[in-house]
Amino acid sequence: MHNTLEQKIPIQSPVEAPPMAPANENRTAPHTSAVDQETAGVPFADNPKFTMRDVCVFYGEKQAVFNVNLDIAENEVIAMIGPSGCGKSTFLRCLNRMNDTIGSCRVTGSIALDGEEIYSSGMDVVSLRARVGMVFQKPNPFPKSIYDNVAYGPKIHGLCNRRVDLDEIVETSLRRAGLWDEVKDRLEAPGTSLSGGQQQRLCIARTIAVSPEVILMDEPCSALDPIATARIEELIAELSRNYTIAIVTHSMQQAARVSHRTAYFHLGRLIEVNPTQKVFTTPDHHLTEAYITGRFG
Amino acid sequence: MDNLHLDQHISNQFNADLEHLRTQFLEMGGLVEEQVTDAVRAIETADGALAQKVRDTEKDIDRREVEIDNECTLVLARRQPAASDLRLVLIVTRAVRDLERIGDEANKIAKMAIALNDDGAAPRGYVELRHIASSVLKLVNQSLDAFARFDVETAKAVVRDDSLVDQEYRSAIRELITYMMEDPRSISRVMNILWALRALERIGDHARNIAEHVIYLVHGKDVRHMPFKQLEETIERKNDGRK
Repeated sequence: MHNTLEQKIPIQSPVEAPPMAPANENRTAPHTSAVDQETAGVPFADNPKFTMRDVCVFYGEKQAVFNVNLDIAENEVIAMIGPSGCGKSTFLRCLNRMNDTIGSCRVTGSIALDGEEIYSSGMDVVSLRARVGMVFQKPNPFPKSIYDNVAYGPKIHGLCNRRVDLDEIVETSLRRAGLWDEVKDRLEAPGTSLSGGQQQRLCIARTIAVSPEVILMDEPCSALDPIATARIEELIAELSRNYTIAIVTHSMQQAARVSHRTAYFHLGRLIEVNPTQKVFTTPDHHLTEAYITGRFG
Repeated sequence: MDNLHLDQHISNQFNADLEHLRTQFLEMGGLVEEQVTDAVRAIETADGALAQKVRDTEKDIDRREVEIDNECTLVLARRQPAASDLRLVLIVTRAVRDLERIGDEANKIAKMAIALNDDGAAPRGYVELRHIASSVLKLVNQSLDAFARFDVETAKAVVRDDSLVDQEYRSAIRELITYMMEDPRSISRVMNILWALRALERIGDHARNIAEHVIYLVHGKDVRHMPFKQLEETIERKNDGRK
């Protein structure tokens, strides 16, 4: 008869990982200063949309993000998971320079969109934020009509002026956000009259209306019920055909459902990036395994 | 990093659920081991009562298979386990089926014991039976041990040694066929030994399956249907990647 011993499944102890070679040989990778913890898995990609090297973020004296090296590929959905305070939202906000709005916040390292440094002095931040749109946790429609919510961006960016062109952009955006059929007969109604899930889809439509290349989502479904969440997750799958998507989420099941790759952050460091099915079945790093199995949070 | 408690889930109930699953599996394993031991002894010592005890215990084993499967379903539904927890629940559902099949084969051996008591002892085959039974019992014991300790080395030994049992089985069959050709009057009695040998060979295969499941649990690599050399290489490669 076998006694039940106090044996746990061995979680592999840290082992020296071989250095990662950048996939894109044409780009000279800046010298990586992080020798204590290399990111496990596959942080780099061929023909990346975004390349991040040695990215650090400071709030005053306190460092929140440590030497992150990551590529985001075009048309991929990458999920960022990790416990509260691990730096994932801070990192996400670097990608369209939303951290600029926080006075004490300082970003170092290289972040390039299609090879162009976004923190260079020549970068037009307003047009950056049109190319790299953001959807927030709490739906935040403008205090305008549904139509004007979506039309506002194209108008102020000068994308079109004629009513008929605006109509077309509004319809296309609302269709792509999966909201058109529900609102087509009441486009003049205020955006705030919609349900939570509809408001979030309106915010997505608003983001799409200015033809972004990348959509950043910071816990987009946290305030929504399961059905609204499921609809938005369906939407993410469709959107990724046309856009690159980076999503921060507290729900590991959501990361597992919607993303191609998953990045695990822990205490400001990028611990592991791997194809999602690998992260949730056989993660490389013991810290990733511990987080996703609920051994700490 | 000492507050991480990496070996314990934050949810104590989850810890308890998984622990209970493991305990139930090992209990069933112990019972099944006993069944095989008793069935073989029943043939060797022509013990009809022992053979009947094996047959009566069969129902208990079937019931445990259903219970453990139900528990696995509940864990999947309630916890959505990931990574090693997911692999644990998956392999328990697979390995429990192997245990139940071992129980079935032990039941067949017990039936042969009863048939041999009725028809009269077979003139040949008992030496081979004893030999193969001893090897197979060791495989079953080691596979359960490998599961209890999550021990890949023991699991690998089981996979390797099962092919030796398969070879032994084939040469035992050849021996017995020769004997039946020499003395056709012995055929029906020797056949009973043959069926018992076949059941033992199948038990060895199931023990090997359990060992393969343990390797999947620890390393996340599915090594089923692989020649042993390839299995070893697969495990070696896995060891290089993990942090």
